[in-house]
Amino acid sequence: MSKSWEEINARIASGEAAVMTAEEFGALASAEGVSEAARTVDVVTTGTFGPMCSTGAFLNFGHSDPPIKMGTITLNDVPASGGLAAVDTYLGATEPSTMHGIEYGGAHVIEDLLRGRAVRVKATGPGTDCYPRTEIDTYVTLDDLNQAYLFNPRNSYQNYAVAVNTGDRVLYTYLGTLLPRLGNATYCSAGALSPLLNDPTYRTIGVGTRCFVAGAPGYVAWEGTQHNPNQQRDEHGEPVSPAGTIAVIADLKQASPDYFSAATLAGYGVSAFVGIGIPIPVLDEDLAATLALTDADLTATVFDYGVQRRSRPALRQVTYAELRSGEIEIEGKRVPTGPISSLPVARRIASELKRWITEHRFTLAPPLQPLPQPGSQGFKPLEIRTEEAI
Amino acid sequence: MARKRLDLTFPPRQATKAITYHLVKDFDLVPNILRAQIQPGQEGRMLLELTGGQAEFEAGVAFLRSEGVEVHEAASDICLDVERCVVCGLCTAVCRPGALTLAEGTADLVFDKDKCVYCEACVVACPRRAVMLRF
Repeated sequence: MSKSWEEINARIASGEAAVMTAEEFGALASAEGVSEAARTVDVVTTGTFGPMCSTGAFLNFGHSDPPIKMGTITLNDVPASGGLAAVDTYLGATEPSTMHGIEYGGAHVIEDLLRGRAVRVKATGPGTDCYPRTEIDTYVTLDDLNQAYLFNPRNSYQNYAVAVNTGDRVLYTYLGTLLPRLGNATYCSAGALSPLLNDPTYRTIGVGTRCFVAGAPGYVAWEGTQHNPNQQRDEHGEPVSPAGTIAVIADLKQASPDYFSAATLAGYGVSAFVGIGIPIPVLDEDLAATLALTDADLTATVFDYGVQRRSRPALRQVTYAELRSGEIEIEGKRVPTGPISSLPVARRIASELKRWITEHRFTLAPPLQPLPQPGSQGFKPLEIRTEEAI
Repeated sequence: MARKRLDLTFPPRQATKAITYHLVKDFDLVPNILRAQIQPGQEGRMLLELTGGQAEFEAGVAFLRSEGVEVHEAASDICLDVERCVVCGLCTAVCRPGALTLAEGTADLVFDKDKCVYCEACVVACPRRAVMLRF
């Protein structure tokens, strides 16, 4: 059995496509077999909603009169980049406010814009013949901006670490608060619903893939930063620790605060929950086999964050079904687990994307260029060198 | 009868004093230690529920203050702002008494207030600042 992109898109356009979420597809495959599921289903939708720090937005303010070449820029006291053209900026999600620290940051500004709230823009510039103004203090809403688009350099990690702490003090991390002496374990993946775990070798997800980004139709723009296809893989070809990533782009004006939520991780910093959903065409039975995998088939590696080094000790591997049970065993101890990635919202995203395809005839785009495949580039560390050593 | 939850902070030098003994013996108060972290030579914290007569309660608190213990009224209620909550589940990872859990299957957040000891770990951990205290 095999289907082409064109056949699937024709079925979407005519309203005949059979679309299921990855969870529904897994249940169908387990009841009727992978072959039958592959034959009857055209598209499987995925979804994930976890904190994704490498997120931000490009904004263009338009020109004031007289105009200004913005050098230092803040939005609600959150610094944004002044390193672009006169009234362009990039606002990073993790940038903390100069007034409120990590309680309010770039992600909160983006969420406020999405909620239609006015945001205070303050900027200074050098004053030039073409841009004579040196200071500006004004308010803008999302509607006022010429362009506002999310460009997130690293989203939707293919699998992630499970974090524990064998040390004797509480740790505040990007994976949440880790209680001492294996007091808890936190994890961050949508498991069976996770986009890149459903297409582990990036056969259908590449540059140009149309997808769901924070409630807006968007695209995979490039491989994500730290994309590492060479992680250890299991018998299904699935990586057992953090591997592939994608960079995504989408119009902020079409995004929704239902699928973009600012976050403050205690003792760590600002981040943003970003909703990502990718539709995957059921091209053949090989692809169907990975689409059919459930939380019981997918594995993550438990790392000890008590060791504050780049390479943390791996303690064991666990399945997502074990993690979702609320308790795992590590070194003979029963350790309570808690997620950071929202399963209910991931499910909503997969269902919403399914609705886009069936009701709005959202068609699929084959990759214009594949993501780097297993066996290609790796993930390099940053070595600390002196000038003399270069 | 009064029943109040108090948040006590012990300066390092007081951290080993048997204050609950004195609250029972001298003030006829019934202490219920909800949470405590006290180590010799370090600042300590105790979440203490006290039950007893109003006059005894006030005298007991005055005694604690005279001993150098910082006394604050602890939250009397804790509530979840469902509009802000994104049901990530991070609060369940820090909730030792198991008051916050995710429902099997739906993964919806379930808050069993009877199990809550008002330790406030969820308030700090919640990335959405959706768990709030009422005094």
